[in-house]
Amino acid sequence: MNLRKTLQKTRDNFSKKLRNLFGKRDPKALVDFENLLIESDFGVDTAVSLVGTLEKTTPENYLSSLKKELINILNVSVGGNDYTKPIVELYVGVNGVGKTTTIGKRGWTLHGEGKKVLLASGDTFRTGAVEQLSKWGERINSDVVQSGYGADPAAVCFDAVDAAVAREIDYVLIDTAGRLHTRNDLMEEMKKIKKVLKRKREDLPQETILVVDGTTGQNALQQAKQFNEAIGITGIALTKLDGTAKGGIVVSIVNDIGIPVKYIGIGEEKGDLIPFSAEDFVTAILEE
Amino acid sequence: MFDKLGERLKNIARNLSGKGRLSASQVKESMRDIRRALLEADVNLNVAQDFVSEVENEAVARKIYDSFTPAETIIQIVGEKLIGLIGKAEPLVLDKQPSSILLVGLQGSGKTTTAIKLGIFLKSKGKNPFLIPADVKRPAAFEQLRDMAERENLPYFSERLDNEVKLCKQALSRSVLKRYDTLIFDTAGRLHIDIEMLKQIKQIKETVNPSEILLVADSMTGQDAVNIAQEFENALGITGIILTKMDGDARGGAALSMRKVTGKPIKFIGIGEKVDALEVLHPERLASRILGMGDLKTLQEKAEKAVEKEEVEKFQKKIQEGKLDLEDFLGQIKQLKRIGPLDALLDMFPGGKGLKKMMDEKQMVRTEAIIQSMTPKERQNPSILDSSRRKRIASGSGTSVQDINRLLKEFKMAQKLLKQMKGRGGPAALSSFFR
Ligand SMILES: Nc1nc2c(ncn2[C@@H]2O[C@H](COP(=O)(O)OP(=O)(O)OP(=O)(O)O)[C@@H](O)[C@H]2O)c(=O)[nH]1
Ligand SMILES: Nc1nc2c(ncn2[C@@H]2O[C@H](COP(=O)(O)OP(=O)(O)O)[C@@H](O)[C@H]2O)c(=O)[nH]1
Ligand SMILES: [Mg+2]
Ligand SMILES: [Mg+2]
Repeated sequence: MNLRKTLQKTRDNFSKKLRNLFGKRDPKALVDFENLLIESDFGVDTAVSLVGTLEKTTPENYLSSLKKELINILNVSVGGNDYTKPIVELYVGVNGVGKTTTIGKRGWTLHGEGKKVLLASGDTFRTGAVEQLSKWGERINSDVVQSGYGADPAAVCFDAVDAAVAREIDYVLIDTAGRLHTRNDLMEEMKKIKKVLKRKREDLPQETILVVDGTTGQNALQQAKQFNEAIGITGIALTKLDGTAKGGIVVSIVNDIGIPVKYIGIGEEKGDLIPFSAEDFVTAILEE
Repeated sequence: MFDKLGERLKNIARNLSGKGRLSASQVKESMRDIRRALLEADVNLNVAQDFVSEVENEAVARKIYDSFTPAETIIQIVGEKLIGLIGKAEPLVLDKQPSSILLVGLQGSGKTTTAIKLGIFLKSKGKNPFLIPADVKRPAAFEQLRDMAERENLPYFSERLDNEVKLCKQALSRSVLKRYDTLIFDTAGRLHIDIEMLKQIKQIKETVNPSEILLVADSMTGQDAVNIAQEFENALGITGIILTKMDGDARGGAALSMRKVTGKPIKFIGIGEKVDALEVLHPERLASRILGMGDLKTLQEKAEKAVEKEEVEKFQKKIQEGKLDLEDFLGQIKQLKRIGPLDALLDMFPGGKGLKKMMDEKQMVRTEAIIQSMTPKERQNPSILDSSRRKRIASGSGTSVQDINRLLKEFKMAQKLLKQMKGRGGPAALSSFFR
């Protein structure tokens, strides 16, 4: 899938307007620029600070310095990848953001790289969740470890790691139930999952991915803060960018918390997950 | 951040009360704050800007510059306008035999869950609803609805077809046969720009001729809410909006945007994953939530719902007799958790900030662990907690002796506070919070 093509809508809305504004070569355009950022969910604070950055330069350089600044913000250095097998990736987030689907897509990517993947059905709460993941397992040809509804999700994860060791699996992708960050009991349940994994092996899970719906507004920042505080997030998957939403809030998230974006979701099919690169992403948004 | 606007308006009130005469820059400043509060609540930029200029015009019309209570006037205008914009709660219109409700919206917005919630709601109103799982796209969408429906004893259309339009048609004829009076169609999530998928839903609309087409939207939605609502409105002509996931701490400004661009009423609010977590809209509540201003009424109602009456009375008696023990304290903590997100709750009444610190969620978890590690005797009579007992409890609960000391101190403070409140009558909300 071509990033440039997928972000067509985003570019239509954002880049064109931006070029129009900056084309005027007039510092007054910065007011409209601030509004454009707000309309793209960047949030008032980040919008004001980006305007501040541009104010330091001349109108001819607005576009290039915006590009530089955005890449600068989004380019968070990612830790080493010298993980020991099995690599466990834990997917968390609020309800309906796309956790299960992202796992399916991620599994497909790994599958394509010749990796052995195991899916773990840690959402034992929502009806249909186990079946949903099973269907993804069939779709991408991966085994799924599951347990009945109401089962302890931590126990499912425990079993999944055992199974992964026994079957010489490369990657274990753990699905979890959606939970609002304001629900203390559910946040505790999630912490327990991590604790159990850690007890299995100190380096597990190597990745804890927060899935964020690209349509989300300012609340996403709260989500990122609370989830990060609760279990430590290593990366973000930003979904549903195939719509018209700009997902601007992710810039605030990365800027404030320093968690890198790792993937972007651009559809419901198995091939619709793209590894994130700040450079490519910003270029795709800003280019004509 | 949350009650910045409220604070600012209060400040203006404080500074100006009795002095009257507002400066133009003060008005501008509060308009900026209003705009910012709305934007932070995800109200669409244009909607927010229109709103603010309306407020400003109205303020001038009401002679704000000559007013002796300008801040109150501004608050009043903002409140009136916001509530006006949100609109009244409007009931479902079920005017056919049978009547159909079509649930539409983006992926993951809460359609399937809402279908069940509506089924339960309608059944409680004496209706005979029938659920139709018309999402043939998402993996296990059928199983999701089926399992919930079976759990709740709601009839559903169990035939599996690949074509959603055909499926709806068949379900419709089935319903006539079985004399269901209300049909609830759960449909696949779709993007508002997905032309193919919109075509499909239009076909479904033509097939079932629904009385209600409800756009199910996530309360966490950002600025794009206007486009989403506009496109669904253009394609289908929606009859109302259901705002989901309001049990979180999203301010829900998207609702305002969607309401503004479509002119369609917000009919229900989803407040949880559980199947009974559906409420009709309360415009004043949504207004104060969007503004981030405290709302005593909601707090009281919420608290009352969660706390069983008997427990309340028992607890009140104990306070009166000065017999409050740690067990009650634990009970309270658990109840607070049940009431919902504490932050939002404590924001809802004056003086909540201090209490928030004392009872923040993390602290509460620790508190609970500590009390659970005590013997019943120790809970009833904390004075027997000597240092060896404290050590034991600390290791049992994975905390430190200092934590336990702190808890006991807080407990004493709470006891004292309760006594004082009893003495002075105490603000109603505060005592309901503690009972
Ligand atoms: N906290 C909370 N969660 C909700 C609410 N309504 C729905 N959910 C959850 O949000 C997620 C998505 O809900 P669904 O009902 O599956 O949404 P949907 O619109 O049918 O999703 P698709 O069929 O995938 O388009 C699930 O995890 C639900 O449990 C609500 O009011 N509050
Ligand atoms: N258009 C679009 N839909 C998505 C994307 N990712 C997930 N979805 C859909 O969003 C809905 C919720 O996804 P799901 O994986 O069940 O979310 P979960 O509740 O977080 O596990 C489903 O209907 C998915 O098909 C995406 O990138 N684009
Ligand atoms: Mg899921
Ligand atoms: Mg659904």
